[in-house]
Amino acid sequence: MAALDRRALLKAALAASSGLVPGGCQQMQRSFNGELLSPSLGPGHQIRDGYRPQPDPANWEETDIAIVGGGIAGLSAAWRLRKAGSKRFQLLELEPVSGGTSRAGETSFCRHPWGAHYVPVPDADNAPLWQLFDEMGVVKHDAGVREIMEGVLCREPQERVFAGGHWTEGLYPWAVATEEDLAQRLSFQTQVAKWIDWRDRDGRCAFSIPAALASDDPEVLALDRITMSEWMEAQGWDSEPLFWLVDYCCRDDFGLNIDQTSAWAGLFYFCARRESSAQEAPPVLTWPEGNGRIVQFLADAAKPQLRPNRAVTAVTDRQDHVEVISFDTRTKIAHGLRARRVVLATPQFLAPYLISDCPAERRTDASTFQYGAWIVANIQLTDRPAESSYPLSWDNVFHNSRSLGYVVATHQSGIDHGPTVLTWYLPLCDDLPADARRRLMQLSWNHWAELIVGDLQQGHPHIQPLISRIDVMRWGHAMIQPRPGFVSSVARKRAAVPVDRIHFAGTDLSGVALMEEAFYHGIRATEEALLAEDNSVPRFYEAIPHRGQG
Amino acid sequence: MNRAPLFLLYINVLIIATCGLIYELLAGTLASYLLGDSVTQFSLIIGIYLSALGAGAWVSSFVQEKLARCFIEVELGVALVGGFSVPILFLAFGYVSWFQPLLYGLVFLIGTLVGLELPLLMRLLKEEVDFADLVSRVLTFDYIGALVAAILFPMLLVPNLGLVRTSLLFGILNALVGLWGTWLLRPLMKQKGLGALRGRAILVIGLLVVGMIKAESVTHLAEENQLSGKIIHAESSPYQRIVVTENKTGFQLYLNGHLQFNSVDEYRYHEALVHPPMSAVEAPQRILVLGGGDGLAVREVLRYPSVKAITLVDLDPAMTSLAEHFPPLGTLSEHSLQHPSVTVINQDAFLWVDTAQEKYDVAIIDFPDPGSFSVGKLYTSFFFNRLRQVLTDSAVLNIQCSSPLVSPKSYWCVVTTLEDCGFEVRPFHAAVPTFGVWGFTLASKSPLSKPLNLPVSVAAELRFLDQNVMDHLFVTPKDLQRVDTEVNRLNNQVLVHYYEREWSRWQ
Repeated sequence: MAALDRRALLKAALAASSGLVPGGCQQMQRSFNGELLSPSLGPGHQIRDGYRPQPDPANWEETDIAIVGGGIAGLSAAWRLRKAGSKRFQLLELEPVSGGTSRAGETSFCRHPWGAHYVPVPDADNAPLWQLFDEMGVVKHDAGVREIMEGVLCREPQERVFAGGHWTEGLYPWAVATEEDLAQRLSFQTQVAKWIDWRDRDGRCAFSIPAALASDDPEVLALDRITMSEWMEAQGWDSEPLFWLVDYCCRDDFGLNIDQTSAWAGLFYFCARRESSAQEAPPVLTWPEGNGRIVQFLADAAKPQLRPNRAVTAVTDRQDHVEVISFDTRTKIAHGLRARRVVLATPQFLAPYLISDCPAERRTDASTFQYGAWIVANIQLTDRPAESSYPLSWDNVFHNSRSLGYVVATHQSGIDHGPTVLTWYLPLCDDLPADARRRLMQLSWNHWAELIVGDLQQGHPHIQPLISRIDVMRWGHAMIQPRPGFVSSVARKRAAVPVDRIHFAGTDLSGVALMEEAFYHGIRATEEALLAEDNSVPRFYEAIPHRGQG
Repeated sequence: MNRAPLFLLYINVLIIATCGLIYELLAGTLASYLLGDSVTQFSLIIGIYLSALGAGAWVSSFVQEKLARCFIEVELGVALVGGFSVPILFLAFGYVSWFQPLLYGLVFLIGTLVGLELPLLMRLLKEEVDFADLVSRVLTFDYIGALVAAILFPMLLVPNLGLVRTSLLFGILNALVGLWGTWLLRPLMKQKGLGALRGRAILVIGLLVVGMIKAESVTHLAEENQLSGKIIHAESSPYQRIVVTENKTGFQLYLNGHLQFNSVDEYRYHEALVHPPMSAVEAPQRILVLGGGDGLAVREVLRYPSVKAITLVDLDPAMTSLAEHFPPLGTLSEHSLQHPSVTVINQDAFLWVDTAQEKYDVAIIDFPDPGSFSVGKLYTSFFFNRLRQVLTDSAVLNIQCSSPLVSPKSYWCVVTTLEDCGFEVRPFHAAVPTFGVWGFTLASKSPLSKPLNLPVSVAAELRFLDQNVMDHLFVTPKDLQRVDTEVNRLNNQVLVHYYEREWSRWQ
């Protein structure tokens, strides 16, 4: 019953002889179609251009708290309000579906992500997030020990990389690494270990999640003044596979190249999820639809308060309350809401457009927030491409590509045969984000489809006949970019300070776009709003003890 | 020579050049797919081939007379060696350990012969054409031929003909050029021996045509070299390659090249798989069989009169249909899958277990060995916990889990994983000559309520087990003692890693 390696190879050769078309030179003969998608841009541009409808007197309502924005931050704010026993609030969401960049999509045979698609198992300290996962039914309690259930931990094989003509396990491109490369990789790991175990005088980590609880020691913040590549070059490293790996991680988590990413953010990626260097990186939670599952759980719970298709046009402070004016994007009817307080769970760049008479300083601060543009495509396949090296994994990466590769939607369900959906990611890492957004909106579906098929053909030369559909989502402001100087800037900190009765909860306030950060800011801003009225409200994140020496 | 034959000779150059590049591309593609690492393979093949062309050109200087005849002989040589290169390499790959020397040797030989062609042809023509014109025209057609080959190969030839037929087809073209040459170059040749030359050219073409017709069976032959007997049935389903071979002793089933059973001693395996769990439950009624699409486990289950319903879940409809429609297997399985109490479900058991409606008294698990992640998931704690849900409280299950002698970590990993899921496990093994010492794990939700009790009526029908032999299966010899392992979880799949490591030592 032993595996016959040679035979497997022979079989691959025979299969190849019946259908081989070396990629690259043939015209794309398309047997599939698809759509070019984007989040609702119309209302956003209307508001930017000064559209301010006024509601009829009959269309005014009152509530305690208005949450603007139904991404993870806004939904987490609603979750925190329910924990405080409050049901008198409204959540206004521009889109017909909640979730922002964590939303999910669906085909006839499976659900799939449109953006964020995993969360690493949180630190034991991150009690609120454990609480959420517990409510979602994915935590197992066994003799007082909490564990994430096996079915939501990413199934092996987790990731593979296509380099030197083969797929190999993991992300590091072993196939193209020399002895010297491996020595530098070890040296990099030693530096990472040093930063994981680093503690300031108060016992705080250099990097932690939520990022707000990490050390603000000058030694750590100095890392934010240089780029990740500058920091690595200063260590004397020049290994191509090492730089590639770190560059891949920067593009994956921040949508920035290694020479655009702050060294603080680069090290944050490698250090923040490990309490001590003796610990391995935690496994990740994932679902077929990615973080869409978390969105669905939170949105279902907030259903009575959720108002989809509502474009907010003005948030105006009136001394003892805040007026929130919005219109229904389908009926165009304007609605007024008088709320005691507002949690603005939108990206900061929107604040100057939404807040009436927005203070000049906030306008200036908001302009320092830069966002990357992303393409996320869902590729429907009628069957899997043939494999001859390391098998199809959850995350599949091409060494020789600017794309981030693809994740497989059916992987976590254990569906290993037949149709599937690949979710393919490409951050546009231009130096000027506005250039990237222009390119994003100018290029046609044909252009993206050809680019995507060409990219996939590197590792799957025969994939094209298997493709039945490609839908392409254009995210203009997909995620905040931690370029050098931003995380340590005064502007970023100041943007989290409330303006009168308006509290800010956008994920971008962290400088790194992670689900855990969105969750943290949603809770933090809501607690600020609640504490302003009632000082007995407990802070969920205050109770986190500082980690001991690692 | 007049104008027309000259033009025809240039056409010859074009064909020769196309053939030459095709052999090079074939060797490169074949080497990439058989050996992997396409960059190295293509680079080596191109280098060897080009240097061989040079060698051929150098050798041509030693040919002083009978240029035309020599040219035709070279054509026939290229036709034979080039034409049969791919079938030879395919077959050799399974047979010989010196595949790479053979590959590079063949490439060098073809290159040398092709390298002889143009120098010989140019010397034949130099009397007829101005030298500058000759060089320019011959090289022009040579390079056009290369372009034609480069375009045809990926676009037309490989997709439509495959590697084996492409190789043979271009061999035929070379041989035709040779045959044609016996007319075209006739003014330059002596009459003597011309007939024999033509006869040989026709023989070469005939051989290659037979090769073309038989190309399909090259696949079979190549497989037979890997397996141990004559192929009597072969098909490729969307899930696997199913091959049945036959030798003097009986027939054998292979899935993706892995032996599943040998008709000679399969009864030992299937009796050990089925009867211990069946005799551990009082009058079992509802039986679940996972895997086992060959129907042989069900054959054993049907020996129990208490059985009312059997559900068999096997991924591949081609496999369960083979058990019903392939006569030797139908006979061996006693047509068990057609029995009225049997329901066949073709689904991945990993997905089926979530949709199962009923509870079972006995579960018999006969999956392939955990050699891949998609099979390995069926041995995880996640799957075993799901399986618990479809078993009655007093149910007993039995799992085939590879050889405890060859792959002790793999074997004990299944035991450890079952224990982690709260099962009571009783490991045992049986000798199956084709496989060697084979391991099973008998498991139940609670400690077994009764001793294993093989009904006398059943025992009478068996060839391997009786009560005494069955009791002895649970005695663990010194060399099969327990080893420590991790629990096989969906997010680590340690079992697949153990299995790969342990079996690769035995190859």
